[in-house]
Amino acid sequence: MNWTRKDLIAIQDLQPEEIVHILDTALTFEEVGQRDVKKVPALRGKTQVNLFIEPSTRTRTSFELAAHRLSADVVNITPTASSITKGETLKDTALNLQALHADIIVIRHSSAGAAKFLADRLNASVINAGDGAHEHPTQALLDAFTIRQKKGRLAGLNVTILGDILYSRVARSNIHLLTKLGARVTLAGPSTLVPRVFEQLGCRVCYDIEEAIADADVINLLRIQHERQRQTMFPSIGEYAAIFGLTKERFARTKPDALIMHPGPINRGVEIDSDLADCKRSVILQQVSNGLAVRMAVLYLCAGAQPVEEAA
Amino acid sequence: MNNLTIQNGRVIDPANQVDAVRDIFVRDGKIAAEAAPDAPVLDAKGLVVTPGLIDIHVHLREPGRSDKETIETGTRCAAVGGFTTVVCMPNTSPAADNTGTIAFIRQRAAAVGSVNVFPAGAITKNIEGVELAPIGSLKRAGIVAITDDGHCVQSNEIMRRALEYAKMFKLPLMDHCQDNNLVSDGVMHEGYWSHLLGMKGWPSIGEEIIVARNIMLAELADWHVHCQHLSSAGSVRLVREARKRGVKISAEACPHHFTLTDESCKGYDTNFKMSPPLRESRDVEAILEGLADGTIEVICSDHAPHCAFEKEVEFDKAPFGILGLETELALSLALVHKKLLTLPQLVEKFTTGPARLLRLNKGALSVGADADITVIDPAREWVYDVNQTSSKSRNTPFHGWSLKGKAVTTIVGGRVVWPVKQ
Repeated sequence: MNWTRKDLIAIQDLQPEEIVHILDTALTFEEVGQRDVKKVPALRGKTQVNLFIEPSTRTRTSFELAAHRLSADVVNITPTASSITKGETLKDTALNLQALHADIIVIRHSSAGAAKFLADRLNASVINAGDGAHEHPTQALLDAFTIRQKKGRLAGLNVTILGDILYSRVARSNIHLLTKLGARVTLAGPSTLVPRVFEQLGCRVCYDIEEAIADADVINLLRIQHERQRQTMFPSIGEYAAIFGLTKERFARTKPDALIMHPGPINRGVEIDSDLADCKRSVILQQVSNGLAVRMAVLYLCAGAQPVEEAA
Repeated sequence: MNNLTIQNGRVIDPANQVDAVRDIFVRDGKIAAEAAPDAPVLDAKGLVVTPGLIDIHVHLREPGRSDKETIETGTRCAAVGGFTTVVCMPNTSPAADNTGTIAFIRQRAAAVGSVNVFPAGAITKNIEGVELAPIGSLKRAGIVAITDDGHCVQSNEIMRRALEYAKMFKLPLMDHCQDNNLVSDGVMHEGYWSHLLGMKGWPSIGEEIIVARNIMLAELADWHVHCQHLSSAGSVRLVREARKRGVKISAEACPHHFTLTDESCKGYDTNFKMSPPLRESRDVEAILEGLADGTIEVICSDHAPHCAFEKEVEFDKAPFGILGLETELALSLALVHKKLLTLPQLVEKFTTGPARLLRLNKGALSVGADADITVIDPAREWVYDVNQTSSKSRNTPFHGWSLKGKAVTTIVGGRVVWPVKQ
């Protein structure tokens, strides 16, 4: 298919075939990561700015490495180093980056809509690396890539997303992606963090963890995001672990080939039993590896010039 | 001399139960029984002539934020929009919680205002909800109501005492109904769209619970609480029930709340961000029903100018509020065009409704009254171009909208204030 977007802002905007195209393109780049020389010239001469207004290590490193492997020049802007702490508006920060001829801006921001805000105003490619509780499209893509890798398909699978759905951009991007590609999504967690309104997005909402994971082919655990929450949503981390934590006992009653996923960072002993995080059916580190290939594909498609065969 | 004769218009004057084609005479700035000799004639054939419209909820931003709006520019917007009287909110800087600020506002309005300006005073010092402002002195300085608009007094005790105290001065209390615990850092209506967009919700219950409180306190104090800019169906129901019981409670609605829904926020355009927020279609319907059955007696704009650089930011970081004075009449006339209200009913919401509420000697074309008159062409089709606005700000969601109905002449004290002769 012909990729026409300069930006990747939200999975909600994408057609199913566009999602599949990104995943297929990522397959090509996965192979690059296994070579001795892990570099292709696809973005040679391009400048990528990682504008991370909200702290992040995993996602920023992944985008940075992805850019290096595509031969782009990369600059990182961290929250403390950005002029936003000096009172500059996001618009002015963006215009300054444009004046420096940045070709790609990867933005992580605590405000929903921040990536769209930039994309509407800039010629550069804008890639959303997480905007508030709105979307985190590359996370959903790498999750889908991992599921497809392990299960061979997405359509017809039961995927349970467990935890803080209300404040989770990962949940929203996953919900959109999985439902677009024909998976059945169950959301589970405390009722204060998993409002029924999500049923309107085509999900099943369930407040009993055992029921929620019984038929799951994939269990995607989300971290409880203290930093994004009003402080009144549930009693304590201990109670969360007791009522909703994925324990060995609970996991033993799931399908024998159910996968455990987690976007990280994991809180051992809270949402997941420590041993389970390291078990064979946990693909948490695979997700991290796949994130690189997926982000290379996204950067390449949105900002690259040459056809993928030539680039690879 | 401010003499004028307005001929052949359809005069709608609800205070005097008039809806008929007749002439209106202005002598020395007052409504008169006969034409002044040699008075200029304004032909209003095919037009509607009403008492000057009143908007009891505007932010003129002066003193303190004259980069957003001034008394001069804000009252010019009012004149353009057909309003001859506005009530300005006290959340200025300094707040209108002292007689000096009230005096300043009145002096500026007299010097540079296009229309009548009545200030509202603060309920509490610096609008902080902690200590009562000098309400009696503010009354003497010329306020027509008290409100902490933009903020809501959270303490039920302060609210109770404010109400009991204001009763002594016959000052209505107007409340921006918002429970801060429930609303917290919400930026748009809590519902399907906030969940989809990942934005923090400003739930309907955050308004309704304060409306319910206000009803109880109004009943206790036997004094008047006016609930500002109702946005939710539950609030309308509460007010309707309480009014049936005879409680001194009233309410106003803003055009954006009966014209738009929360779906408008889906592009993260901050021109759709205001407090209380845009809600769902069932809320819009409830507000329209409330207007039709008289539960809501007042339409006002909550004209809230903000600088472009303040609004052109991330949605959750933008200030709440939009311009309103210039689009208010046309957006409200849409209710008449849709046959949800009759034209006389609508005129009441802009004249007798607000005048009765705030005991203003305005809103009627009685002989001897100030000749504040609005001439409206209800059928005039026009497009709102915010680049032509009289405001210092540009924050409107209605730019480029095709509208029907417009004030064609605005007269204050017998003097035409809009259109201004070049």
